[in-house]
Amino acid sequence: MAVTGPDNSALVGYVLSLGDDSLVAAQRLAEWIAASPQLEEDVAVGNIALDLLGQARSLLTYAGSLEDPPRTEDDLAYFRDERDFRSVHLVERANGDFGVTMARLLFLSSYHYELYARLQRSADETLAAIAAKAVKEVDYHRDHATMWVLRLGDGTELSHARMQAAVDAEWPYVEELFGNEHLDPALVESGVAVDPAELRGPWREYVAGVLAEATLTLPDVPPAVTGGRRGVHDEQMGYLLAEMQHLARSHPGATW
Amino acid sequence: MYGNDFTAPDEGSREPAEDRLAEFERLLETEGRVEPRDVMPDGYRKTLIRQIAQHAHSEIIGMQPEGNWISRAPSLRRKAILMAKVQDEAGHGLYLYAAAETLGADRGELLDMLHSGRQKYSSIFNYPTLTWADMGAIGWLVDGAAIVNQVPLCRCSYGPYARAMVRVCKEESFHQRQGFEILHTLSHGTEAQKAMAQDAVDRWWWPSLMMFGPTDDASPNSAQSMAWGIKRFSNDELRQRFVDMTVPQAEVLGLTLPDPDLRWNEERGSYDFGEIDFTELFEVIKGNGPCNKQRLAHRVRAHEDGAWVREAADAYAAKQARRTSEVA
Amino acid sequence: MSDLQAGGGHGAVPVTGVPARGSAEESRRDWPLWEVFVRAKRGLNHVHVGSLHAPDAAMALRNARDLYTRRQEGVSLWVVPAASITASSPDEKDSFFDPAGDKIYRHPTFYDIPEGVEHL
Ligand SMILES: [Fe+2]
Ligand SMILES: [Fe+2]
Repeated sequence: MAVTGPDNSALVGYVLSLGDDSLVAAQRLAEWIAASPQLEEDVAVGNIALDLLGQARSLLTYAGSLEDPPRTEDDLAYFRDERDFRSVHLVERANGDFGVTMARLLFLSSYHYELYARLQRSADETLAAIAAKAVKEVDYHRDHATMWVLRLGDGTELSHARMQAAVDAEWPYVEELFGNEHLDPALVESGVAVDPAELRGPWREYVAGVLAEATLTLPDVPPAVTGGRRGVHDEQMGYLLAEMQHLARSHPGATW
Repeated sequence: MYGNDFTAPDEGSREPAEDRLAEFERLLETEGRVEPRDVMPDGYRKTLIRQIAQHAHSEIIGMQPEGNWISRAPSLRRKAILMAKVQDEAGHGLYLYAAAETLGADRGELLDMLHSGRQKYSSIFNYPTLTWADMGAIGWLVDGAAIVNQVPLCRCSYGPYARAMVRVCKEESFHQRQGFEILHTLSHGTEAQKAMAQDAVDRWWWPSLMMFGPTDDASPNSAQSMAWGIKRFSNDELRQRFVDMTVPQAEVLGLTLPDPDLRWNEERGSYDFGEIDFTELFEVIKGNGPCNKQRLAHRVRAHEDGAWVREAADAYAAKQARRTSEVA
Repeated sequence: MSDLQAGGGHGAVPVTGVPARGSAEESRRDWPLWEVFVRAKRGLNHVHVGSLHAPDAAMALRNARDLYTRRQEGVSLWVVPAASITASSPDEKDSFFDPAGDKIYRHPTFYDIPEGVEHL
């Protein structure tokens, strides 16, 4: 069943929030290509960024198709302004060191895994199909991030300190993933959307297990004040978009 | 690439005895393929390590000029393609370093030689990528020229190098095509896009021709590499092949190549082209190209910034090994 | 100016005045080397495809997946520490492999079969 009707905006907003997370995460992750700690890792990070970008494209294409008049993935990626993006702060802030990127990837991919594992049973067939493909990809992302968090956490004294610092720094941005204020409860009730709040428990169980094995301490810090789902972003988001969008916007109407 | 099937490093630089060298010559003649543990002259080994290492360095430094546009690719489709391509280049570097390691070198050592400037990489990557059309021109011309160089290497006498090149060449053909497609789309787009495409081709054409190296009479070492079956065609032969292949493609693109002397020579069955000004190439090789310092500095920074990560992984592996041996 | 050869793939690189080797002592050695074997599809053997560096087996397997199966080249992977491979030496080539050369009776084509005999 697809939620159709005179007003698709709730569904569009939901799909955009999923797509924007992946798009912005891919954009940040791609900054590591040719800059990672090891050549093999350049290839690995490239694969993950490509997966996320692929998910973003499917989701944005779907969101755009629900609109009237319809918009393309590129209309949505390149011609929306910052306030119209729905991504969370976890993915949009500027990159730090490799430990920070792996902490973010662990947090994001663990959330993605729980999300897509459920969303593949969505009442919306398109979303279900996108999720069924994505869940295999994010399973691998989670595995990759886990590998690194273990090695950095339980590696050298220096890496342990840096990994702990990274986990501490990213932790406040986790809570935003589970916020559901932006979500129309009807979408959850009709089985189209997954209530993010439902993912908190299993997410925490997995992540806590990894951190413990990595000899890292679970941070005890309050969540940051964020507002990505309402289009209130970190200041660095504007620069990310400026870079991503400037060429397309310099040539309106052009095809590439 | 072949495990213990490579020469121990200490055997690396001793010249084998005369009668054993005869064996190498016989091998080249009868089999045409040399494998890692075969006897080989010291010069053959060194030439290969140097060539394969610098080829590998070129692949990984080559990620930078295109990596420069991943964040700005003008459509999500183009972004995905470019990301996949740059990632492939990292893969090419890895295949090649592994091939060099079969000759007794260690990758860490080869990377140090790159970082300290003792070994070089192809000068083409010391030019800046100024517009999106440069992604097209690089794919079409630079990867195109690389393919012309690399296809004969698939039959190189050294087995691991040849096999790495087979893998690389398979992947390169997508690189060239996506570049051509970018330029084709631009040259059939708006006036501004077409101008962008022409400008990129104007800037990349001559450096691409220089990728084949100086003219044959200025390349005294070719003969030895040819005798060893490492090199199959001369610099000039390869360059001519590239020009002949590329000119008709430029016509399809509707773009001109910046050489007033470029014309079909009926007699030769090839295109004549203008004289190449190699002074620029030599300047770039000396380190005075527009991006030499920037490219190397970026590479060194990535390596140094990543040291703590690589060391952590080593330490973790050692701890794990200890833990399993304690349990056993 | 030193000699330059196009042979280096992505363009001319100097072939003279460039050292082939550095000093192994002054460089930190890279992560250990692993050999990678890929089963292209069910029913086929794992075949050696190349090698890579990784700190341990788990990472080696993942790096192999990312590096050697980006284009659906495989359905199964093996990684083996390069140092664990024992290889025959080319010096033993004659004693290892030549003795099999004259045992032509091991091949079916050695035997004459009367005309008309099928399924043999
Ligand atoms: Fe390449
Ligand atoms: Fe390429």
